[in-house]
Amino acid sequence: MKPAPFEYQAPATLDAALDLLARHGGDAKILAGGQSLIPVMNFRLAEPAFLVDINRIPELDFVRRGEDGTLRIGALARHRRLEREPLVAAAAPLLHEAVPHIAHPQIRNRGTFGGSLAHADPAAELPAVALALDARLRLRRAGGGDRWVDARDFFAGLFTTALEPDEILVEAALPPLPARTGWAFLEIARRHGDYAQAGIAARVTLDEAGRCREARLVYLSAGGGPVDAREAAGLLAGEEISAAAIEAAAEKASRDEIEPPTDVHATSDFKRHLARVLTRRALGLAAGRAREATA
Amino acid sequence: MSYRVSVTVNGRSYEREVEPRLLLSDFLRHELGLTGTHVGCEHGVCGACTILFDGEPARSCILLAVQADGHALTTVEGLSPSPGELHPLQQAFWESHGLQCGFCTPGFLMTLVPFLEENPDPTEAEIRQALSGNLCRCTGYQHIVDAVKLAAERRRAGR
Repeated sequence: MKPAPFEYQAPATLDAALDLLARHGGDAKILAGGQSLIPVMNFRLAEPAFLVDINRIPELDFVRRGEDGTLRIGALARHRRLEREPLVAAAAPLLHEAVPHIAHPQIRNRGTFGGSLAHADPAAELPAVALALDARLRLRRAGGGDRWVDARDFFAGLFTTALEPDEILVEAALPPLPARTGWAFLEIARRHGDYAQAGIAARVTLDEAGRCREARLVYLSAGGGPVDAREAAGLLAGEEISAAAIEAAAEKASRDEIEPPTDVHATSDFKRHLARVLTRRALGLAAGRAREATA
Repeated sequence: MSYRVSVTVNGRSYEREVEPRLLLSDFLRHELGLTGTHVGCEHGVCGACTILFDGEPARSCILLAVQADGHALTTVEGLSPSPGELHPLQQAFWESHGLQCGFCTPGFLMTLVPFLEENPDPTEAEIRQALSGNLCRCTGYQHIVDAVKLAAERRRAGR
């Protein structure tokens, strides 16, 4: 047996899971898809004393349109479902474009939306997408009610989030895209399904004159978490999305705003180069889609 | 502390008492004696331990046996219709030299059987993408791609 011993429970309701967390707090880990947690337990890099398995809580597994028009995704919705669900393709095409990049089908069949956000791996696709789409996340603790946290306040650095030890991420609300909006998700990995060496989630909204009203450029594998390159995106506001404007944004983001770590496969400088190339491609694609949405 | 696990594997029901830290891959091999599921890296990278969990491929080395309670699994032992007969994809692997040592083969088969059901006419790029989560150190993958093409052709021809 690879993992160290632990106590295990698989409650059938969210309330029961929250009660367990309230009792075991910092000693407990939530088991969702387990596609990151079980490997680190197999290595004994993590030895939680208590596992709260939320896989038997059907109320966490949903994808639906909320009454407020947002796309609501339950924490336990698996990547494979997001890949296949027509509502996701229609309401959050950026998310739909990103999901097939997550690991391999075997992993996507088990891995969950909430698990990926709560794990906050800087190389993961979904935190970058959540940030680029201005997702809001609903967190709950036993007896304490809910709090909503904006994605930009949720990700706090390397594998770190705003979640307290006794809280569960319940769902995300993704606002509908504004009119005249285009998007693109691109990444470069050594093999399809490997962790990206560089990746970007981009969103561009045009004004009525066809100039950029707002852009978002969020990078993965570019620092301690998803990196929201606000200055680079700010350079585009009010501008025609020309080759020169794209180049200026790509230069700014890749030089000044991201800090990709050097690893065995690539130096930081090489990853900056990849990010710059991806920014060009993503902005071209997103601007083209925004124009199509206008036409 | 042990937990009761009731599970259906290849259509047959099993019930065992297990520790929660027992991995599903070890459960299949040591508790049920189904040693066709191979254990390679044991951290979800090599794909050798791939099985079907409620019909969808999953890596059994990063699932706990207790998580399978009440679920239906298929392992490589469940592929062939009867003893002495091969599943059409196994037959195609054999004919195309899709394996040499065979260690990775169960994982490839359990990944590719559902893939072909969903994509009866895959392109070579789609096949390569589908098997990107499985490592093979013998074949260089080319013969595996050939085997998938052969199986897909036969499937479409109804043979």
